Amino acid sequence: MTLSRTARRVLAGLTGLILTGIYLPLMVVVINSFNTDQAMTWPPSGLTLEWWRRAASNTGARDAVLTSVQVAALATLIALILGTLLSLALQRFAFFGQNAVNLLVILPIALPGIVTGIALNNAFKGILGLQLGLLTVVVAHATFCIVTVFNNVQARLRRLGGSLEEASADLGAGPWTTFRLVTFPQLRSALLAGGLLAFALSFDEIIVTTFTAGSGVQTLPIWILNNLFRPSQAPIVNVVAVVLILISVIPIWIAQRLDGER
Amino acid sequence: MQPTPPVLLRALTKRFGEVVAVDGLDLTVHDGEFFSMLGPSGSGKTTVLRLIAGFERATSGTIELDGQDVTATAAHQRDVSTVFQDYALFPHLSVLDNVAYGLRVRRVPKRSRHEKAREALALMRLEQVAERRPHQLSGGQRQRVALARAIVVQPKVLLLDEPLGALDLKLREQMQVELKQLQRRLGTTFVFVTHDQEEALSLSDRVAVFDQGRIVQIGTPAEIYERPASPYVAQFVGTSNLFDSATSQRLFGIARRHGLRPEKIQLHHERVPDAEIVVEGVIAESIYLGSEIRVHLQLDDGTQLIVLERAGEHTEHRGEKVVASWSRRDLVPLTDEKAS
Repeated sequence: MTLSRTARRVLAGLTGLILTGIYLPLMVVVINSFNTDQAMTWPPSGLTLEWWRRAASNTGARDAVLTSVQVAALATLIALILGTLLSLALQRFAFFGQNAVNLLVILPIALPGIVTGIALNNAFKGILGLQLGLLTVVVAHATFCIVTVFNNVQARLRRLGGSLEEASADLGAGPWTTFRLVTFPQLRSALLAGGLLAFALSFDEIIVTTFTAGSGVQTLPIWILNNLFRPSQAPIVNVVAVVLILISVIPIWIAQRLDGER
Repeated sequence: MQPTPPVLLRALTKRFGEVVAVDGLDLTVHDGEFFSMLGPSGSGKTTVLRLIAGFERATSGTIELDGQDVTATAAHQRDVSTVFQDYALFPHLSVLDNVAYGLRVRRVPKRSRHEKAREALALMRLEQVAERRPHQLSGGQRQRVALARAIVVQPKVLLLDEPLGALDLKLREQMQVELKQLQRRLGTTFVFVTHDQEEALSLSDRVAVFDQGRIVQIGTPAEIYERPASPYVAQFVGTSNLFDSATSQRLFGIARRHGLRPEKIQLHHERVPDAEIVVEGVIAESIYLGSEIRVHLQLDDGTQLIVLERAGEHTEHRGEKVVASWSRRDLVPLTDEKAS
């Protein structure tokens, strides 16, 4: 497709504007993490590594990161297992209520977090009589993490069709062997992509977490929210934010490379 | 006592919802034969193959393989191998590992399964591509890998689902010869699904012609071609001139449906005294086909007749008046579809 010179310029300008709108604030955060002035006045009066040093020794931030990683890893694991099983069931077998199950699995990602949060809070405390803690956060996160894995695996299975699995069975492989030697290798990149997304979703989740984490569990987003408006902690929050930017670039980059290979 | 047939189907029926794909089929495939199931798409032939392989569950009826009732047996426990229409090679495995797959799941040690896989590849003249991935092969090579993968486990029956459908004409003809030679060499029973009547006739020991989930005729290629049982078979296998009973009565005095192969008719410029049946007509169209000429003849009573002549024998032109003749024994009496 070819565009006129004016159209090209207008589109290039718009693209530049949008990208600036997205990335300029991020740049400000990065620079502010080196800002000598604690109140983050702009422009910075000087640069310092002081906040980075303080952040490194801040146990609250470190514990929060560890908690978040733990929650995200466990929720992703649950999502990978259940999401794969669900997609296989829906794609490879025909049963009553198939469409309903499909909808019910995808729904949690569309539901407002506040609704999921309240519902799970009631269920955990009121019905199941559970103490809110790490486990409840993990289960809550898994409800929407499943969706990304499910969607990725589902799409892959649909594209693969069933003939590879039939060929495997035809050559004498039982269902488990077929899954191990044929289906799983075909799903690997879809699982990785879905898993990365699930991890990212869980890692920055705040609303559902607020309702399902007890007072003892502090994930990183919650720690940031709690410390953002404390003048003494604000510069450290900036540093944490920069670290998070760096960390989130990696999975996106991997996911894109995986997509490129297909 | 009859030897146990490798494939025996009894009253086999498969329904997909309202659609009856296979309708009460009875079939015996003999040991070591090249058996073809021929029919247009949707005639149920592929479903029968998938039922034999175990990819579909029969709605009713039984499937016996080598004397064993396998109707309820899972696909991986049946002693048959399939060559799929789309080949279904495992994209993440090398050609060698693809071929060795069946042996791998049978827990044959790596060394000996690779050895056997290489033998099978050598048989298909594919040794040089053993380390490649399927997507690096040509269509014909993939086809042969699929064959090698299926025969390496030495199945009792090899099922082939339109295996040559995706190949171009030249390659297809070459593969037909290879298939036939392979079948002779292995002595394995082949059950071959195709919609290409020429392919079925040239390869098979016996052919079953399918229509709407039923077998309408079963026999040797010559029987099917020379003595089609119904107008459907006469038209589906090769080209036929069909005469309803009124036309038959008028042309040669037998009140019954008849079929007549176009190549059995001779054309003459003037009356021939010794021919059994003689009709007159005008040439409506004359189409040059290289080795043959297809002549469309309009008889005086309005009947259309197709005649195949060897090219170079005669030269007829559009609008020319000619005489067509054939002998009585070339006429094939046909029954109605329902009666057969």
